[in-house]
Parts: sequence; structure tokens; C-alpha cells
Amino acid sequence: MFDFLDSGQYDVLGAFWVTVQLTLYSAVGSLIWGTVLAGMRVSPVPLLRGFGTAYVNLVRNTPLTLLVLGCSLGLSQTLGIDLAGDTFKETGFRLAVLGLIAYTGTFVCEALRSGINTVPVGQAEAARALGLSFFQVLTLIVLPQAFRAVIAPLANVLIALTKNTTVAATIGVAEAALLMKEMLENEAQAVFAVFAVFALGFVLLTLPTGLLLGWVAKRVAVKR
Amino acid sequence: MKISKAAAAAAVAVALALTATACGGSKQDAASDGGASGGAKDKLVVGIKYDQPGLGLKTPDGKFTGFDVDVATYVAKELGYEPNQIEFKQAVSAERENLIANGDVKFVVATYSINDKRKEKVDFAGPYFLAHQDLLVRADDTSITKAEDLNKKKLCSVTGSTSAQNVKTKLAPEADLLELGGYSECLTGLENKKVDALTTDNSILAGYAAQEKNKGKFKLAGLSLSNENYGIGLKKGDKELQTKINAALKKMVEDGSWQKAVDANLGPANFKSEPAPQITEGS
Repeated sequence: MFDFLDSGQYDVLGAFWVTVQLTLYSAVGSLIWGTVLAGMRVSPVPLLRGFGTAYVNLVRNTPLTLLVLGCSLGLSQTLGIDLAGDTFKETGFRLAVLGLIAYTGTFVCEALRSGINTVPVGQAEAARALGLSFFQVLTLIVLPQAFRAVIAPLANVLIALTKNTTVAATIGVAEAALLMKEMLENEAQAVFAVFAVFALGFVLLTLPTGLLLGWVAKRVAVKR
Repeated sequence: MKISKAAAAAAVAVALALTATACGGSKQDAASDGGASGGAKDKLVVGIKYDQPGLGLKTPDGKFTGFDVDVATYVAKELGYEPNQIEFKQAVSAERENLIANGDVKFVVATYSINDKRKEKVDFAGPYFLAHQDLLVRADDTSITKAEDLNKKKLCSVTGSTSAQNVKTKLAPEADLLELGGYSECLTGLENKKVDALTTDNSILAGYAAQEKNKGKFKLAGLSLSNENYGIGLKKGDKELQTKINAALKKMVEDGSWQKAVDANLGPANFKSEPAPQITEGS
């Protein structure tokens, strides 16, 4: 039933490696971008607050497929922005990471903002009384505590991100979902076996993430 | 207290409405499926593509056009079904075998190339059309004349399709290949000169080039990079239906409706259609 795996025609591990790479780059990027967005949304500057709110609500409610496809059709093919990629392979990967960061960053931002709400107001007030600036209050006092509170929600975002990388197949990034389409085209007599292989692959990627980060979340949580 | 009661009532109402509509939908499906597999004479369910101009296309007003649709309609007529008794069902590439094996459709006419792997699960009638993998280029482009030219080119095809795999493994491994979700998306890149050529079966390409909004912009390169014999897929072992469809196809070629359908659907865009292929299946 699984003999199509032995034919040597399909590089399943290679495809999942691209999935992992997409996930890691996008995870790092969206963590940074999400933190910046969260900083904007709690900042005392109305313009930044307004931009943060507008961006998060707009991008979070746009389907990811549209964002990623917009990166390819809009940025690359129409405007010619290739992010310094020479081949479609490089360009596609970078555009996909860009789209995923733009989208996942909003969820990271909202998770962080809920974490910021768990930090007692007195903490920030005390820091202000010591003479720290807003930036110092945020980075030295509030965010470190906020991060420790939102490890578990961020793990959920990471798991969602892992699965969302499959959208990159629509712009030709050779990851798991693209290989699955190829296999379904050739091995239509074994649709369910092909499907099972990829379902299992994603379980293997996401389950340990959830378990590990769940354990970390318990370890580092601030007991109040 | 009052508010929460009202909220609860609203929630119940919404939930009821959702389940009610869900039931309605599935019942309808079950009814139409039953009609098809039960062999009732009133409806004939045929699988076609909904997204290929010139071959199988569902237009925004709900009509179906294309060469595959014409073939399906002709075959249905020979089997004793009026056009209003045909029900078209979408058969995307990956689902064709299962639609046939499960009896959801009587037969599939959807740019379905006959090959041995597919014959493990379904039988074919025909072939009714011989297509070749080819390239669609901008109308003023003359730089591609043979397969070797492709290695330096930027190509576009559909994710996972046989044509895309052909390029990667056989035709031009060094070509820069972009795989997108659909051929229309590739056309954007072709128009903006981000890609040099769009590759798939010439029948599909001719359909796109013949579309009203694309007329005069693109042309076929005219290379025969592979042979694709389109057949009509049907349930494995149904010899009777296979014979009947083969007879219908033969008649369609003989009385000229075949050529008429080809010219009407794929005519423009420098497309030289092959003569109707010999029927090889089921003999």
C-alpha cells in the first residue's frame, strides 16, 4: 500500500525539511515583528497605537492564502520585487516567509498584549516612578514578565504556523503540501495512503512542539 | 438575568439554523448521488473540469462550455440522455479515480490522460483526443524552438501537474520553474514578462489563448513534448458502457461533430489539432 514511498521518486524528508525551514524563519521573524506590533499597541503615541491596531485588525482578518498569493502575484510578478532571489525557488521561499511573518506577527502581537495585561499595573507605575522611560519600562519590566505568561498561547501560534506553511505551495515553494499534490497527481490509486503519510508528518512536527513548550510554560510561569 | 436568557435563546436559534441548513445540504447531495448510482434513467452524472477554458468550464451564469463538455453531451445523447438530463459534477484531477470508483459519476471527461497507473483503478473508453505538452509564449516571442532552449528559460506551470514534473525530471531540469495554483495565475507572470513560457497540454493552452480577454497576446510554441491520449474514465470492468461510449465516439468523428467541436472550442491561437485518434481501449 505504501510502495510509492520506495520508488525513490519522492523526497518526502526533503519536502518536510523545507516545511521546517519555512516554520523556523517565519517563527523568528513573526516573534520580532509581533513584539514590535505589541509595543506599538501599548505605546503612549496615538499614531503608533492607531497603526498597530489598524494593521493587526486588517492583516489578521485577511485570508493567509490571499496574503501569500498577493506577495507572489502583486509584489514579485507585477511590481518586480524579488527580495534579491535569483531563481523562482529562492524568491518563492522568501516571499512565503514574508507573507507568513506579516500574518503570524498579528497573532503573536495579540498573544503578547494579553500577556502584558497579566503584569500588575503597579509594576509599570513603580518603574515609571524610578524614572525609566516608556521603552525601558516595556523592555526591562513588562515584556520579560509578559513573555513568561504567554509561552503556551505562543506555542499554539507556532503550531498553527507550522500547518499554515502549507499555503506556500500555492506560490510554488517545494514543501510538504506541494509534494503531496505531486504524489496525488501520480498515485491517485493510493490517495488515502499518501494523505496518511503527510498527516503523520505534521503530527510528528507539531505534537513535540506542543508538549515541549507546554512543559516550558509551566516551568517559567510567574507565580502570582 | 434577562439579557443572558435572551443571549442563550439567540445562541440556540443560531445553532438550530446551522444544523437545519447543514441537514438540508447533505440530504440534497444524498438524493442526487442515489439517483446516479441507482442507475435511474432520469439523470446522468458526468465528471468534468470546471476551470479549463476551451475544455471544461463553468461560466459565472452556471452554464458549461468546452470541448470535453461537447464530447460528454454527444456521448450522453448516444446513450439515450437529453442534454437537460445531464448533471455535470466537478472532477478535479486528484479525485477523478475516486469519483468513478465510488459511483458518484457515471463517467469522467476531464482532460484525463490514459496511463497504466490509472488503469489499475478505472477503465477508459477512447481515446477521443491526442494532446501534446506544449508552451504558451508571448505573441512576439520567437526564442523557443526546441526543448533544449528551455534550460535557460523561466517557466510556469501548475503545482504538482504532470507537465511540471516532466519539466523537472526530463525536459529541462535546469529551467527555472515556477509552480502556481492555476494557469490563470501563470498568465499574469507571462504578461508581465516575469516568466517566459507557460507549459501544459496544448489543448489547455489553446483554450486560454482563445479566451476573449487574451486574444492576440499569446501563441503556442508548437512543440510536441509528450503524448497525452485523453480518454473517458469509467468504472472498472464495465465493458458494456465502454463499448457503447467507444461506438459513440466513433460516430462523433464520422459525422463531423468532433471536428466542429474542436474548431469551435480550440480554434484560435495557432493551434494545429491532430486528427481524431484511433480508439484503442477495450478492444
